[in-house]
Amino acid sequence: MLSRIAESLYWIGRYVERAEDTSRLLEVYLQLLVEDPSVDTRLSTVTLFAVLGMEPPAGPVSSQEVLRTIQNHPTAACSILASLGGGRESARRARETVPPEMWESLNTTWNSVRTDESRRRRPLAALAFVRDRCVLISGIADTTMSHDEGWQFLQLGRQLERVDMMARLLLWVSANRRSMSAWNNALRASGALHAYRRTHGAATLGHDAAEFLLLDRLFPRSVVHSLSRAEEALAELEPGSRRSGFPSEGLRLLGRARAELEYQSLSEVLTDLPDRLRQLQQVCVDVDAAIAHRYFVGSLAPVWSGGAA
Amino acid sequence: MSPWFDGYPLRPDSFDEVFFADGTLRPAAAGVLEALGQLDPGELHTRVEFLRRTYVDQGVTFDLGGRETPFPLDIVPRIVQAAEWAVVEAGVKQRVLALEKFLDDVYGEGRVFTDGVMPRKVVTTSHHFHRAAHGFNPPNGVRVHVAGVDLIRDPQGDFRVLEDNVRVPSGVSYVISNRRALSAALPEVAALHQLRSVQEYPLRLRAALTACAPRGVSDPTVVVLTPGVFNSAYFEHALLARMMGCELVEGRDLVCQNGYVSVRTTQGLRPVHVIYRRVDDEFLDPATFRSDSLLGVAGLMNAARRGNVTIANAVGNGVADDKLVYTYVPDLIRYYLGEEPIIAGVDTWRLEEDAHREEVMDRLDELVVKPVDGSGGKGIVIGPAASAEEIAALRARIEADPRGWIAQPVVQLSTVPTMINDRLVPRHVDLRPFAVNDGSGVWVLPGGLTRVALPEGELIVNSSQGGGSKDTWVLADTSERPHEEIPEASVHPVAMAMQRREDVRIQPPRSQQEQQQQTASEGGATC
Repeated sequence: MLSRIAESLYWIGRYVERAEDTSRLLEVYLQLLVEDPSVDTRLSTVTLFAVLGMEPPAGPVSSQEVLRTIQNHPTAACSILASLGGGRESARRARETVPPEMWESLNTTWNSVRTDESRRRRPLAALAFVRDRCVLISGIADTTMSHDEGWQFLQLGRQLERVDMMARLLLWVSANRRSMSAWNNALRASGALHAYRRTHGAATLGHDAAEFLLLDRLFPRSVVHSLSRAEEALAELEPGSRRSGFPSEGLRLLGRARAELEYQSLSEVLTDLPDRLRQLQQVCVDVDAAIAHRYFVGSLAPVWSGGAA
Repeated sequence: MSPWFDGYPLRPDSFDEVFFADGTLRPAAAGVLEALGQLDPGELHTRVEFLRRTYVDQGVTFDLGGRETPFPLDIVPRIVQAAEWAVVEAGVKQRVLALEKFLDDVYGEGRVFTDGVMPRKVVTTSHHFHRAAHGFNPPNGVRVHVAGVDLIRDPQGDFRVLEDNVRVPSGVSYVISNRRALSAALPEVAALHQLRSVQEYPLRLRAALTACAPRGVSDPTVVVLTPGVFNSAYFEHALLARMMGCELVEGRDLVCQNGYVSVRTTQGLRPVHVIYRRVDDEFLDPATFRSDSLLGVAGLMNAARRGNVTIANAVGNGVADDKLVYTYVPDLIRYYLGEEPIIAGVDTWRLEEDAHREEVMDRLDELVVKPVDGSGGKGIVIGPAASAEEIAALRARIEADPRGWIAQPVVQLSTVPTMINDRLVPRHVDLRPFAVNDGSGVWVLPGGLTRVALPEGELIVNSSQGGGSKDTWVLADTSERPHEEIPEASVHPVAMAMQRREDVRIQPPRSQQEQQQQTASEGGATC
């Protein structure tokens, strides 16, 4: 597989997941403003921007404005439109590798979000559209691509982004934990509410929810689950002897992060949650750098300078 | 006749491929037009919208000044009859074979010059003649792996060659995607005809590329080299790579070491044997050609010269599609093949010859003047449509560089009905058939790209000049029956599938019961 194509697939995985998770987060945010009287609107808005890595607007902002920025801003990094655009551009650069159905699905989604088509929808319907389409795109990838090297890169990007977005979501929740529905929102924003209730019953308790989203091995969006899947993908990409240790820096980082979560008691894990979440984000940054160094550096070509002088 | 054609404004100076000059339908086209006429206006409009939408959704685009633009595809197909196609096919084959021999000669012995068929000066003054390609000996003797020959139909309806493209002819992807889109938009019309398929192209191309691999390589790695996503034909490069099942690479993915070419992969470097390049000669190798090129890879020519990699199409082919060489092609066909040209060219004045130049310099306003190495319709001046200043500027440029220009009479291209603003009107078209040479023979794709000039009366059909396209339907010769009959199914259809299991719990009787139970208990509660 070409390094350049591998990098494109990795970024399709990341961007599509980012668009999906951001739309889930926004859906919850919109409902929060309406449904929860105990919410501090200003605080939850500012922190929402902060955890998404965007500059929070000065002064009061309407929910329309929040939507306009996070959903439809064409260039703001991390907006849904920009994420879909990034995913689409990566797919365009790898168009001979990406299954045509998947390309078409990504292309139509992006087209729909960037044109009036999506602005005519109700805000919640527009967000649900993005969420559904992202799930569709991932589904097409999983069911029509060979699960070869290319798919592993896609998977790697997706899982890494999932860890990163979960860390951001939990940061947002812990900043707003005075609101009654904070943990319920965390569960809803990661599509976990139903699964959580089937596991823990109707009452949402902070430490149960945190445990579920961080440590549950069976729920596919939990941090531990995503870290394990990322590890598996990376291990597939790194054939060779398993006699001692792991040769790949990315694999070591992922494994260490997972072990720190899995081999500590829940109370230890939750002691300084925001700090732990920031560490998790740092792990994502480091793993990204390690993967880029190991697999993608080949896409930087030397430049011919002879004959110029 | 269909209401669509009420008041169809036939152009008296052109050949219309659907109507006779008296306004009656040509029999070959009647079927399609009558079938189209069955659709009511709303339905036809829906189909047109579907076509447009399909190309936006699939990203079938070309790059126009940095913007991705969907390629306009007209709803009315262009029909080519089997007998007409036979002429095109034979003529294109003949031309490609002659140009192959010519290129081999130019970059080899040069007999064509010593035998006095063509002055050596014509070739050595061509911008696309590359000394770096001299003495190359392609593995299976093929230099023109893919050719696109631009044809037009003159007012008599005869095909004529307008130009040859043997460097990197583009457009074949639209032939493939046009057919898919149009047969989805007009299934009932397409089903009425036996159309020659265009799906075979990627297979043929792949076979030709495999056949030209360096000697001793039995299972060659073939790659498609693209300038990148900003190239106007990027869609085509990706489509061909995908359909041929090979990697689409950019210059930066390639490495040349010790006369071998490799591609950077996540597992390290992998050797490459055949490069189907869609990058122009000048940008292929900064060590040989333009040193500021970022699109190619340094050392490629060296590797090719050592026979470790095959570049398709070969470097230096541009000399054969130089428009001054074009004027000699009929002579070349007679000289190399000993045959008369099957398809005529358009009468051309060579402006570098004093006699020719004197003849036309005063008549520029009634002629078409073209730069010899232009493509994409760039630089062409159509005399009758040009202003006095443009003509004066043109005259000065010709006098400064007579080798750079040719002049031709204005040929009114044939017209085909085209949907413009919900009305069918005649628009000028050309045809670019594609030929693939695998060394054992030249195969011509039955179809080719029909480009249509969308503005009224416009004669330049290039997409970069606001042109669109049509699906080209080459009708199969129904007198030729397929040789192989499909054997009858040996298994009775009923016996072919196992009986399917169903979830018996969801069968109606039971759920009815549940419903009754529910109503019963609800009723009980209210009591």
